[in-house]
Amino acid sequence: MSGVRVLVGTHKGAFVLTSDARRRQWEISGPHFGGWEVYHVKGSPADPDRLYASQNTGWFGQVIQRSNDGGKTWQAMDGKFAYDGEPGTHKWYDGTSRPFEFKRIWHLEPSLNDRDTVYAGAEDAALFRSQDGGESWHELPSLRQHTTAPDWAPGAGGMCLHTIILDPKHPDRIFVAISAAGAFRSDDGGKSWRPINRGLKSEGIPDPNAEVGHCVHRIAMHPSRPDVLFMQKHWDVMRTDDAGESWREVSGNLPSDFGFPIDVHAHEPETIYVVPIKSDSEHVPPDGKLRVYRSRTGGNEWEALTNGLPQSNCYVNVLRDAMAVDSLDSSGVYFGTTGGQVYASADAGDSWAPIVRDLPAVLSVEVQTLK
Amino acid sequence: MIRVVLPPHLRNLAQVAGAVELDVQGVATAQSVLDALESRYPVLRGAIRDQTTHQRRALVRFFACEQDLSLDPPDTPLPDDVATGREPFLIIGAMAGG
Repeated sequence: MSGVRVLVGTHKGAFVLTSDARRRQWEISGPHFGGWEVYHVKGSPADPDRLYASQNTGWFGQVIQRSNDGGKTWQAMDGKFAYDGEPGTHKWYDGTSRPFEFKRIWHLEPSLNDRDTVYAGAEDAALFRSQDGGESWHELPSLRQHTTAPDWAPGAGGMCLHTIILDPKHPDRIFVAISAAGAFRSDDGGKSWRPINRGLKSEGIPDPNAEVGHCVHRIAMHPSRPDVLFMQKHWDVMRTDDAGESWREVSGNLPSDFGFPIDVHAHEPETIYVVPIKSDSEHVPPDGKLRVYRSRTGGNEWEALTNGLPQSNCYVNVLRDAMAVDSLDSSGVYFGTTGGQVYASADAGDSWAPIVRDLPAVLSVEVQTLK
Repeated sequence: MIRVVLPPHLRNLAQVAGAVELDVQGVATAQSVLDALESRYPVLRGAIRDQTTHQRRALVRFFACEQDLSLDPPDTPLPDDVATGREPFLIIGAMAGG
């Protein structure tokens, strides 16, 4: 029977939420890895029972957990993360140079066709890959060794590689995004990289042609059209139709174009979702109203989706990895908040209901469609 | 035989209950105890000290016999009561944060 499995990473552990295709009754398991920050949990497209989770604390460091049974049981992997060769330096907030120092894994991106291959995005920004199911990890160092890397600087959340997108039509093409360096693309499986930030404009960067320095919050792609990417930048919602060669703004009539997550409808490549946030200094929804905005035109024209979401006195945030879509016939949309709610819509955003209301602060939400 | 008490998070990670009992070859030092601990429980590599440099993680401390041993050189012999198993070697996570 078809259904969905929602994988939730929180400030204090991971949770697995499951339902049949109606998405009305939910079974909730967790917390897994209680007390640890779980930045991300994601399943393998090649084997939906294979899950990976990033578990971390400032006390004891980074652990990768693996499940072979859809999150019922987990195994901690021994493999650790080490930069390949000299770490090099990047810019600190005050403009001084500081060595790259591994802190945590923000994002795990399993291969599209091999359950044992998985990519990991690190803070300080680097891309790692495991080809043995997370048991050992090796950096793809040319990204961190890019000529622009000494000028990369952290965003407020740290200098994190938070977005990894594997191109389903061009197997050697990988997109990544780093706060606050920008977006990068490899066309040779991660051997070499180049910035793809033309068209981005960022306050505080006077050079309109600046190659790096942009605080990209999230990028999303529809698998049927991998040359079209949508970006929620620090400010501005952006779009490219040529795999990042050039970007244009599609913020249109949004009440605020600041925000973190962005995602694409599973069956409609021009339907996209964002959650506007008032400003970079306040990090709360405008007017205390939690609203998802949907564009059915690939940007510029946006409608507020409010049915079932709190429309007064709501001051939660939705973080960059905390939105996902399922691919059931009536596509579902999910997001989690820093207030611990996970909301689900089984009708593409027209109406919403909370799956859970009182989890720890939600750091990430992923969905697996089980068929 | 040396007894090592782990903080709760690391007991969960290593899937152990209570103190860990280790046979340590040669002189018992923080370094040799951690070598033996990580050999028995590879998942703890990197959780107490850096895997490469062996530098103690910033929010981890070592105590035994009511003494803070954290700042001792890692090859300093541990107290006799620890080396003989009468007292445990305590690995403590700093009380900080939320």
